[in-house]
Amino acid sequence: MNKARKNDWVEIENIVLTPDERAPQVPDDTKATPLMMWIKGFLMDDEASIGDEVSVKTLSGRIVKGKLVEINPRHVHDFGNPVHELLEIGMELKEN
Amino acid sequence: MSDLSYKAIMERKNEIMKNALGIDYEVYEYGKIAFDYERMMKENSYPMEKIQEIQRETKVGNTPLFELENITNLVRKYAPKGKGARIFIKDEAANASGSFKARRAAISVYEAQKRGYKGVIAATSGNYGAAVASQAAMRGLKCIVVQEVYDSRKVGQPEILEKARKCEAYGAEVVQLTVGPELFYMFLRLLEETGFFNASLYTPFGIGGVETLGYEIANQVYEREGKYPDAVVVTNAGGGNLTGTARGLLKAGAKDTKVIGASVDLSGLHMASDKDFNRKSFTTGHTGFGVPFTTMPDRSDVPRNAARVLRYMDRYVTITQGDVFYVTELLAQLEGLERGPAGNTSLAAAIALAAEMDQDEIIVVQETEYTGAGKHPMPQLTFAKSNGIEIRRGDSKENIPGKNIVIPNRIDQIYLQDLDMMKLRTDYVRNITVRKDI
Repeated sequence: MNKARKNDWVEIENIVLTPDERAPQVPDDTKATPLMMWIKGFLMDDEASIGDEVSVKTLSGRIVKGKLVEINPRHVHDFGNPVHELLEIGMELKEN
Repeated sequence: MSDLSYKAIMERKNEIMKNALGIDYEVYEYGKIAFDYERMMKENSYPMEKIQEIQRETKVGNTPLFELENITNLVRKYAPKGKGARIFIKDEAANASGSFKARRAAISVYEAQKRGYKGVIAATSGNYGAAVASQAAMRGLKCIVVQEVYDSRKVGQPEILEKARKCEAYGAEVVQLTVGPELFYMFLRLLEETGFFNASLYTPFGIGGVETLGYEIANQVYEREGKYPDAVVVTNAGGGNLTGTARGLLKAGAKDTKVIGASVDLSGLHMASDKDFNRKSFTTGHTGFGVPFTTMPDRSDVPRNAARVLRYMDRYVTITQGDVFYVTELLAQLEGLERGPAGNTSLAAAIALAAEMDQDEIIVVQETEYTGAGKHPMPQLTFAKSNGIEIRRGDSKENIPGKNIVIPNRIDQIYLQDLDMMKLRTDYVRNITVRKDI
């Protein structure tokens, strides 16, 4: 799905500070990158494609502009892969 | 439109802060470096009964205290003869939003509502965000949580991604940023834009909210055992958990209880580094916050930090990332409590401390936190592996932050590293003199 419609739940991206605008105390590796920001909200434009400049209404009611990067952004974190180093601990404790 | 550049916003910092908090910190300053801490606490927080009442209104406090008999028995198996104190744990995961942070948020959000603010903002990647969101939901206020979550590849720690989800679940807007101290800049910008209340972790009412935790521990142990605990172990990062708990213990009369701070050792990793950011498996409770906040508390998002651990801490120890994952398994598999790893930092330290203490002594682990997708040993170690961190079993001494996570083979391989309290105090004084240009 590349097209978002009005009121779809979307994520937008903004560059807050370019590398040369960053705070003086930032370490060099971080300073080489811009400060980026992502915010989610309900799309206010009638229709938009990924990469378009759009406006969203956030959960706190703010209206924020930015580049559309995701439509229906999913929470991708999970319970990970089985970790053998952890699984064996329970067995050891019972043998103990 | 006002100037939104980094420099311009930072220059308006004091004015923005004053509007967003309503506390004039200047009245507490005196002499060249001093300020009246107790007066600040007294005039900007509430008496114990009032804090308890506020917290009761929003499902916070009176959490259970459990004795961990199976872990205690295991400690005694390896401890020197006669050693192995009884370990108790305060199940703070039972608070609304799943951590002790609800105690802090409860008072901040109450204050915001009382003073007529329409919403609250907090800058946090941790449990505090969910706590503020949950409290704001109950009091009908809007809420924005600003997180430092991604590196420049937009890769985020699973633990922080989970916090974002939880904040949204309570109806909060989440503003997600890449790594860097400009989190504070964005926080100020949002305070200025919205006129919302600064629900900082470090205000007197934020710390006052934690006092009930120490107070409950003292009273619960006294009621059950006829004495106050010999030691309470507190995970230390920004210092509020330790400061508030210690003040609560004192208010309950537990004057002889030792207060021990514990942090995960992350020495050698730079907290604001894009490359180091995802090479750690703990986002809080570690030395990267604990040490600088101990020796320079006024680095936070308020002019004077009410969290000042050197006033209360008897001892400060570190343990490793591997230790914490190991004891998280112990808590689940021996005690039937599945809880989040970060909250078990103090449990790891308590296990090693108990082995130094007599069997008739009592040591209390003063928190647990909720667990779930992302905030759990499996996803956190999966993430570490995907970032090139070696995961293996071994002796805890082999842990090197940012390179490996070594999960101990046995309970007696959790070793305490003591931080030099005198050096911390000296650094504290030196930092003030540098800051005040003396």
